[in-house]
Amino acid sequence: MTHSKILEIEDLTVSFHTRVGDIQAVRGVDLELYKGETLAIVGESGSGKSVTAKAIMRLLSKKQSSIKQGSILFDGIDLSHASEGQMMNIRGKDIAMIFQDPMTSLNPTLTIERQIIETLRMHQKLTKHEAQKKAVELLEMVGIPQPEIRNKQYPHQFSGGMRQRVVIAIAIACNPKILIADEPTTALDVTIQAKILELLKDLQKKMDTSIIFITHDLGVVANMANRVAVMYAGKIVEIGTVDEIFYNPKHPYTWGLICSMPTLDLKDKELYTIPGSPPDLIHPPKGDAFAPRNPYALSIDTLEQPPMFRISDTHYAATWLLDPKAPKVSPPDEILRRQQIFERLEAGEVVQ
Amino acid sequence: MSEDKRKLLEVLHLKKYFNQGSRQEVRAVDDVSFDIYEGETFGLVGESGCGKSTTGRTIIQLYEATGGEVLFNGQNIFKIKKSAGRNKLRQEIQMIFQDPFASLDPHLTVKDIIAEGMDVHHLSGTSKERENRVYELLEEVGLNREHAGRYPHEFSGGQRQRIGIARALAVDPKLIIADEPISALDVSIQAQVVNLLKKIQRQQGLTYLFIAHDLSMVKYISDRIGVMHQGMIVELADSEELYRTPLHPYTESLLSAIPQPDPISERKRQRLEYQSKKGNGQMKKLREIAPRHFVYCAEHEVTEYQQKYKTIQNEKEESRDEIN
Repeated sequence: MTHSKILEIEDLTVSFHTRVGDIQAVRGVDLELYKGETLAIVGESGSGKSVTAKAIMRLLSKKQSSIKQGSILFDGIDLSHASEGQMMNIRGKDIAMIFQDPMTSLNPTLTIERQIIETLRMHQKLTKHEAQKKAVELLEMVGIPQPEIRNKQYPHQFSGGMRQRVVIAIAIACNPKILIADEPTTALDVTIQAKILELLKDLQKKMDTSIIFITHDLGVVANMANRVAVMYAGKIVEIGTVDEIFYNPKHPYTWGLICSMPTLDLKDKELYTIPGSPPDLIHPPKGDAFAPRNPYALSIDTLEQPPMFRISDTHYAATWLLDPKAPKVSPPDEILRRQQIFERLEAGEVVQ
Repeated sequence: MSEDKRKLLEVLHLKKYFNQGSRQEVRAVDDVSFDIYEGETFGLVGESGCGKSTTGRTIIQLYEATGGEVLFNGQNIFKIKKSAGRNKLRQEIQMIFQDPFASLDPHLTVKDIIAEGMDVHHLSGTSKERENRVYELLEEVGLNREHAGRYPHEFSGGQRQRIGIARALAVDPKLIIADEPISALDVSIQAQVVNLLKKIQRQQGLTYLFIAHDLSMVKYISDRIGVMHQGMIVELADSEELYRTPLHPYTESLLSAIPQPDPISERKRQRLEYQSKKGNGQMKKLREIAPRHFVYCAEHEVTEYQQKYKTIQNEKEESRDEIN
């Protein structure tokens, strides 16, 4: 992985306007994306992960929402203030998006070919014939058999997995620098999911694209990501390399997420659950938004928002537990087990 | 689970064909047989279109079976003619649905949603008793009595699923068919609902048919699991056993496709592709390969599978020895 930044988000703040007040969906997100890497954003529904992605693409409705603060720097342009004309040039060409539901992200009244060509001809000076040829190549690239025939068909003639391949073909049509995948496999079966993930990794290798991968499935994250950002209540609460997040997590929310997945030898034990429910983002709590659900909460959590504490050059977490003055706490057993693996990894051991 | 446990539900050669006889005939469920013992959780897993939901819906008679029998407490439920008998059955088998948004009537208060079944089966008593029972149920599923007067739209997905569970429990069922009850929920909420289902089962001795595609959750909640593929059960075993020694190639491919929340094992994971083999006219059915472990196969394949079973077991033991 080279370390040149391709996207830099600073203090991004997004609100939705409703009758009862503004919902502060994203509350000051700082994020960097490097060339060729896959950054996963995880969190519960309503944590702001999809809103962050849509803000980058400027796909949020102007009537219902606004970017209150912050900047999204891409290629010297601040996307948060870019004009619709500028965005039209960037969307689909430099930054492309894959949505969760392949059933609704394609137009049912147009052939697959028309939908691929639309993107190609918008951004590249191709004749119709050249574009058609390119469409066939793209379908072949994403593993759709008989592309010449499939090209002329309509979305309803494709299965869910095949439709998602078409969506991916459209997304990669112009060799985008950034691919944003918002829960691209959530609606698919596991075996189909596995194939789509393999396809994405394969394409990434060929094209050196950076991927922002949004999901709530930690298994998929472990499989895909180089780095992971954990979001809660509109903020990034922890960010680090995939090994740091899975084997040395520091934020109690990350602990909760990891522990609520059933692991192999858990049969008769209760699953760990995060008590309570996410906070009301119309009136977000004053201190750490996770404090009311956090068994490890300190009294300062209800008063003051914790800053991002540095654990390593790549690993940061926003919890007061990392303050030098904080009492030592013992994380759940599953996390302790993982930390042992991390120590061995740090020592340079090959862990099986 | 001991062998002398009583069978609560026996599904025998169940078939459900849609558009039967026409060119678009779909054999959604094609000769499925399994038993569910009293107090256990039987998991049915498979990918979309494998027939797992159709199986559940045919058992509860949301669909009319094309063939086969379903015995509940030893009685063939497709043959019950008297309406009293049918009502009793509908009380004893309840269902929890996948979509917590579509399965609750938005016009009714939570109280009326939960009590509807009680009213139908004349279990409500006086309005005071009815109310108290609703409060009791709400508390049992982790909600509180103030919620009784509210409407479904005021609740989150996880809370709605709790209401759906309370509604099922309201009529004192024996068997609950849970069709993907947690698929629409967030991971942390999934764990809450699964813990709740387990708690209720412990307290009331309920029996579950748990239908899902999320294999790790199914393994966690089920005592035994049937893997479905193309309308048939291809493998059936105790859940630990199934995950430790999967025998049918389809089960292997399904298990190998699940990503684990563990980057080290993810870097090594090899996915196995499943090629379905055409049976050359041989009689295939579920055959017992090891005790309580069944695989759908032809007679001559039995020895092959038994060999495979031994090999896997030996490998497991060797790797265990290495660790020690």
